[in-house]
Parts: sequence; C-alpha cells; structure tokens
Amino acid sequence: MADARTMDIKDQPGFRTIAVICLLVLYVPVLILMIFSLNSGSLVTHWEGVTLNWYGSALLNEEFHSAAKNTLIISVTATIVSTICATLAAIGMTRVKPWRGLAAAFMVINLPLMVPEIITAVATLSFFALIAGTFGLNFGIGNLILAHTVFCIPFAYMPVRARLEDMDLTLEYAAADLYATPWNAFRRITLPLLVPGVMSGAALAFIVSFDDFTITQLVAGPGQTTLPLYIWNQIRRPMTPEINAISTILLMVSILFVSISFLIARRRAK
Amino acid sequence: MTIATLSPTAPSQVTPSKAALFEARAVKAGARRNRLLSLPALVIIGIFGVLPLIIICVYSFLVAAPYGGVQWQFSTDAYLNFLFQRDIFDDTLQFTPDFLIIYLRSFLFAVVTTVICLLLGFPTAYFMATRPPAQRNWWVLLITIPFWSNLLVRTLAIMFIIRDEGLINDALLALGVIDKPITMLYTNFAIQLGLLYAFLPFMVLPLYSSLEKLDFRLIEAACDLYATRRQVLWRVIIPLSKPGIIAGCLLVFIPALGAYVTPLILGGGVHLMIGDLIAQQFGSGRNWPLGCAQALILMAAVLVALFFYVRNTSGKVQHG
Amino acid sequence: MPEQPGKNAIEVRGVRKVFGAGENQVAALDTVSVSIRENEFFTLLGPSGCGKTTLLRLIAGFDFPTAGEILLHGQDIAPLPPYKRPVNTVFQSYALFPHMTVAQNIGFGLEMLGKPKAETEARVAQMLKLVKMEALKARRTSQISGGQQQRVALARALAPQPKVLLLDEPLSALDYKLRKEMQIELKRLQHETGITFIFVTHDQEEALTMSDRIAVMSAGKILQVGTPRDIYERPAERFVADFIGETNFLPGTVVSKQAGVATVKFASNATIAAGYPEGFDPTGEVTLVVRPEHADLVPDPAKGTIAGTLSNIVYFGTDTHYHVKLDGGENFIVRHQNSRSSPVTFGTGAKVGIQFEEDAARVLKD
Repeated sequence: MADARTMDIKDQPGFRTIAVICLLVLYVPVLILMIFSLNSGSLVTHWEGVTLNWYGSALLNEEFHSAAKNTLIISVTATIVSTICATLAAIGMTRVKPWRGLAAAFMVINLPLMVPEIITAVATLSFFALIAGTFGLNFGIGNLILAHTVFCIPFAYMPVRARLEDMDLTLEYAAADLYATPWNAFRRITLPLLVPGVMSGAALAFIVSFDDFTITQLVAGPGQTTLPLYIWNQIRRPMTPEINAISTILLMVSILFVSISFLIARRRAK
Repeated sequence: MTIATLSPTAPSQVTPSKAALFEARAVKAGARRNRLLSLPALVIIGIFGVLPLIIICVYSFLVAAPYGGVQWQFSTDAYLNFLFQRDIFDDTLQFTPDFLIIYLRSFLFAVVTTVICLLLGFPTAYFMATRPPAQRNWWVLLITIPFWSNLLVRTLAIMFIIRDEGLINDALLALGVIDKPITMLYTNFAIQLGLLYAFLPFMVLPLYSSLEKLDFRLIEAACDLYATRRQVLWRVIIPLSKPGIIAGCLLVFIPALGAYVTPLILGGGVHLMIGDLIAQQFGSGRNWPLGCAQALILMAAVLVALFFYVRNTSGKVQHG
Repeated sequence: MPEQPGKNAIEVRGVRKVFGAGENQVAALDTVSVSIRENEFFTLLGPSGCGKTTLLRLIAGFDFPTAGEILLHGQDIAPLPPYKRPVNTVFQSYALFPHMTVAQNIGFGLEMLGKPKAETEARVAQMLKLVKMEALKARRTSQISGGQQQRVALARALAPQPKVLLLDEPLSALDYKLRKEMQIELKRLQHETGITFIFVTHDQEEALTMSDRIAVMSAGKILQVGTPRDIYERPAERFVADFIGETNFLPGTVVSKQAGVATVKFASNATIAAGYPEGFDPTGEVTLVVRPEHADLVPDPAKGTIAGTLSNIVYFGTDTHYHVKLDGGENFIVRHQNSRSSPVTFGTGAKVGIQFEEDAARVLKD
C-alpha cells in the first residue's frame, strides 16, 4: 500500500502504470513503422542508416500519384457534400418542434455508425451492381464518392448537433428582439456560432473518408485505387521501406486533421 | 382590474386570439420549412445506405449466378448453406459447422477483445480523468489520435513487429533466447493482438467521457465513511460509470465482431473471421446470396447487442 | 382604478396563456388584465412559476397568448413577431452575442433596423457613454465582468430607443453590492431615457425600492397592483402580505364593522380596530395581519392588547426581533429598532404584553 501522504485520495494504485502501458502499446508499433520509413536499407525491418530516399521514391511513383489523386477527389467531395447535408440536417432536427418520425430520422442519420463496415461494404457493392445491371448506370468514381458520403454524414453531423444543442437559445430570441428577421438571426447569430462545429465535423468526415479501406476495397472499380488500397496492394508484394513512408504520410494526415478537430472543440469548451 | 375565474382546464370557453392563430400558422410553416433541411441527408442515406441493406435482404433469398451476382429465383439455400451442405450425389443436406465455427470463433475473439480492452481501458480512462485539466487534454489528444488513425496502417505496424523477421523475433534471436523465430503472424494470437490494438482507444474514450463527469466529492464522502481505495472503486466509481462501461464495450464488441482488416492482414486468409468470410463470398467464393445471408446473420447479432444497450440505458433513465 | 386610455404604454386585456395540450395543459397565465402607464417603472413581482416571466415573454413576442389582447399605445401587437415590435428586452442571462464586440452588440438592433451607418455609430457612442463603457467597446463580451455585461445588455436594449424596455430579473446574477449599485443605475437610466420599464423580479426589496408601481402575481394571476407603499401597508390579500415583508397572522372574530374599519375580538376578549380592503366583507372568523414593526413590547402583560411569553431574541444589527409565544399558542414577532439608549431590555422566558400602533392591524382575504 502506498503512503497515504503522497497519494491523492482519488488515485488508485497501479492505474498510472496501466495507463502508461496503454499509451506505449498504442504508440510504439506506429513509431517503429515511422522510424523504418527512414531506413536506408531496402528491408522493412533491418536498420541500416538514415535516408529520406523512400519518401522521394514514393512521391515520384506514378501509381502513388494516381492513388493520391483519387483519394483526394473522393474525400474532398464526400467531405463537402456530407458536411453540407449533415449541417442542414442538424438544424432541421434540433431547431424544430418534435415531429413524427424525428426519432426514425435520427436513426437513419446514425445508421452508418451502427452497421458493421463489412455489411455496408457488401450492401453498397450489391446496390451498385444492381443498378449497373438493371439500368446500366455506373457513376465511375462517383460510386465511391456516394458510398463515402453516406458514412461521412453521421461523423459530420455529431459535432454540429452538439454545438446546436449547447447553443443558448436566448441568443436567437435576443436577435429577434433586436429586430432581426428569422433569416437575419440565422445568418448573423446561429451560423457564425455554428462554424466551429461545422469545421470540426468536416475534419472528422475528411479523416474517415481519407482512411477508409473496407468499403472502398469492395466498391472500387478498376483504376479507382485510393491510398489505403495502394498500401494493401504493396503489402502483397515484396515490401520496401517505401510502404513505411506512404503509411507515415497517411498517419500524418490523420494526426493533422484530428488535431484540428480537437483544437476547435477545445476552444469551444473554453 | 377584473380577474375572471376560469378553470384552467376549460380551453373550450376561450376563443383563440389572433395571436394564437398567427402563432399556430407560423410555427407550422416554420417547422415544416426547417424539417425539410434534413431531407438531403435522409435522401442520400436512404438511397445509398438503407436501400442497399434492403437489397441484400432480397439477395439472400436468391440463387447465386455462376460468375458472381444473382439470378432472380427464390431460394432459401443461402440460409440452409450456412449450416448444411447439399451432397452433390444424393442431394441430401449434411450438417457442416464450418461457418458456425467461424462465427463462434469471431464471437470469442470479440468477447476476449472487449474484456481485455475494458481491463486496460478502465484504469487508463480513470487515470486520465483524475489528471489536472491541462494534462488531461494532452492525454485525450494522445488517445484520440489512434482512435482516428488509419486502421490499415496501424495493423501493418503490428505486422512488422510480429513477423518472423520482425522486431520481436530479431531481438529474441540477438539475445540468444531462441534460435529460430517464433511464428506469430498468421495465427489466432496475431488476430487477437491486432484486435486489441485496433479497438483499445474505442474503449478508453467513452469510459473517459463518463468518468470525467464523475463528482469526485463522492470519493471524499466514501473515504470519509471508512471506505478503502478498492472499496471506493468497486462500490462508488464503477457503479457510477456503468453507462460509459456499456457504451465502451459496445463500441469495441460490434466492430470487433465484424472485423475485416485485422484478420485479413494478420490472419493471412488462414484464420478467418466473419468479415473475411462475407467478403470471400463476394470475391473468390462467387456466392453473393450466401454472403448476404452471412451479413444478415452478423447484423442480427449486432442488433441483439444494440437492443441490450438500449434496454440498459433506457432502464437507467427510468430509475433516475 | 380608472384608466386613461391614451396614457397607457401597454395594456394587457384578458390574456390567457396555456402551455401543453390535453391532459397536460397548464395555464401559465389565467386571464390577466393590467395597464402600464407611459414613463413608468413597473414591476411584476412574484415567486418563481407565478407567470411573471410568461407575461413578459408575451409582451416581447417570444410567446403568443392563447386568448386576449396586448395593446402598445392602443394598437394590438399580440400577432406581431418579436422583430416587428418596438419593444426590447434585457435578458436574465444577458444573452450577449459571444462572437461580437461590445460595440457590435450595442449596434446590432440599429443595424437590423437598417439605420445608416453614421447614425448607428453615433448612437452606439452615446449608449456607451450612458452606461460608462466607452473604454471597453472593442472587447469581446466574454472578456468583461458580469456587471459590465449587464451594462452592455442594457445599452444594447436601449439603443434602438424602444417604446418599452422589458427587464427579466436582470440583477439576479450579480452579487449583493453590485446589485445595489445597478438598482440605482437602472433608476437613473429610466429617468434619463424616459422609457417605460417593465421589470420582472422575485426580490421584494428590489421591487419596493425601484418601482413606481408593482403588480404582485401568484399562480398565473395578478393579485394586486399599486405603489410600493400601497402594497406594503395595504395588502389586498393574505398572499400579498405574506410574500412582501414579514407579517404576523392572528386569528380573531369580527364583532362589528363601520366605514371600512372592523372591530375584531381576540380569544383574550381584547378588541382592536382593523381596516380591510375595498370590495371585501369580513365576517365571523378572520385572520388579522400585523407588521412586526407596527407592534411594541410592554413589560406588563396586563397593559398589552395581547400577551405571551418571550421565547427568543434575535439580534439583527439595525434592529432586534422578539419572538413571543402568545397565550393562544400562536407565534408573534415584534421588531424593535436598536438605538444607543434602548430603554427596555427583556429576557427570554419573561411574560410580556404586546401593544399595536394605530392602524397596525388589517383583516385580509385568505
């Protein structure tokens, strides 16, 4: 038993150790992966010295270029569409008197979070196969954009809704009291106060779209390789530290957007 | 000044004012206008999210086309094939538990993952929640980053470490503990490790958000009433963080049960989980109806878990 | 009371407000009528849930009456949305726009009214001066103190020069000293601007010190409208007397009455003359109310109108409260102003008599 004088009353013995272990477990493998992206040897696991060559060869790779281009087209479009839809939906579902079907609508919005990804993946695959077979419709890369938009909506929706619920309704009353029409009150008060929530939602939508593997892998047609698919293709070949370099780039993008979303949310909390 | 005495529950005696009529009209119009704002999101998810789920329900009752896809012919074979195999010669059904075993194994993987994540995640979340606010923010960011990081890449990182020529084996060989590499990749151990690694943050974050709201004066009160640290933990902290525990377990259990990437990379196609099994039917298996049926059986399991969650949380609301 | 129609800023006529539907219907306002004069500091006073805030929200336009009319200078404004009413509100939480500066907040109403930029700027400057906030005009509202936020909220509501200013418990978030300061400040602002103020509060002291007239509300109804002195000294109902200030209640029997004065007999057979409100006809068993400062202790029980035993003495600094257990069993409090030469000192347990000042007792409706 630890000395009562040196221990805070809230502390539980051993919890600090477990927390530190968790952090190490979460970070050490990823850090090793990142460090080996700098390995001058051509093996993924044997350290031979420091070089940035693998980043160079990754960035000059034609396949990487097209995968990066596809990824950006898909995630940027899906982020914009899903953020707009989610923001409108959040307003339409919080700034109204409860209507019949509101609970059902809420479930529909959150459906992509509850259904396991693999099921969404095969369902979307079946859907696009059906409309291609029946109507001859194929949106090309649009298939992936639509599939991504669906699962991005709930991620963009959550922070916007949270922000709307936190917002003091009296502010909107005050605007109306000071002669602002409903549209002006929305434009001048609600919308500016909503911006951090929208930004945070867009950042999350971008990450989940950017990182998606399962749904993309099943739905993607030929020539629609995204960065995660590109990595998957690399794994099945003899591996060089180039894959570490690309993985590191992907992780950095995630970290950047998580941090943005996190900082926005924290500023809001202040 | 006149004060008429009207019983408060006799609105029929009152003629609605112009204002009330105005309000009724304005509120209806405004609410309808605002309601329409949720339409784009609902339409997109409806067509590209809900409709596909309905389609796989239909597909699960059809016959597989030889090169993938379906033939429009009613059949319950997909569900029968889940448990039985039709003998090619005498057309009798024989019990074949192959798929069932994969489901049960996935269930076991998911349960073990949930339990270990809880055992590691709870102390971590509690430790985070008891830090001073500035430190707490850093901890949350550090757990949030892996939560949102690319799962494929994180799984790859595990693969690099446990390969035959990976860091662990290299180190053990160099130290002379072993003289030939221990095979860890493409084993059940690898999958289990990968699942734990993948979903640990999914446990910590909901637990943290529940523990963060805990009124720590309750701990002082419990200590004041002669509770030891461990008694405080079991009698005060854990009961109060039950909603977070349930939410965390669900957030780990559901994706772990349907895991696809982890067994794909760390199981090497040898040790399958439900996710790979389903994907296989749409790939080399060329049996879409069977894949749809398998997906729906997984969905049913998820719905049971969600039902359990809803019942538990709504029960809590009723009690207080 | 006779009303002169042209002089009323606000006239509330038979307003009813019902929330909810069916079984869950609650009448927040039960057919309320009241007239508020131009240029008046009018207070709606009552405990929480009495309907005072509902009435204010109906005047502001955030809610709409189920029945009845609200006239502003003779014109029915009840069907108008809040942004078309020349009425502004100071909110309990201030509701300052957090993404705007102090000056932008104050100018918001004028901007929405489409006033020319120069006029808006001049008016904002004038308002900043009025509430002594010139130095902080470029600050965000989150960077100023509670008292300063209060001033900005006032300036913002006054800037468009409303016909009527509505104040919803605006001082409740301030600490005692600041509240006292703001009470004086509010009176000054009302005087300087000449705008009708409708002030909502549950604090009776605040209501008494600031108002020209007070409406006491309870359970969705207005019980009494009058000047602070009226309300305090001539309460119309037992609730009003009980809610405002401290009061003793004594049971008695009416023996006779004449010209608004009843003679009431106590159990001890002593009698007292007591006034009663207009339109009320006291008979039989009644309750008398006596303010603690309108009674006096005498050492000889026989010399008092009623008698009892001193059970407790509580020292309040400016005055002392004597708790007397009456021979009939009731408790009675006598308040005595402390002075350097307090002539009598009593000890607990002593037998004492209680004398009443003239007009001290009133008979009230229960």
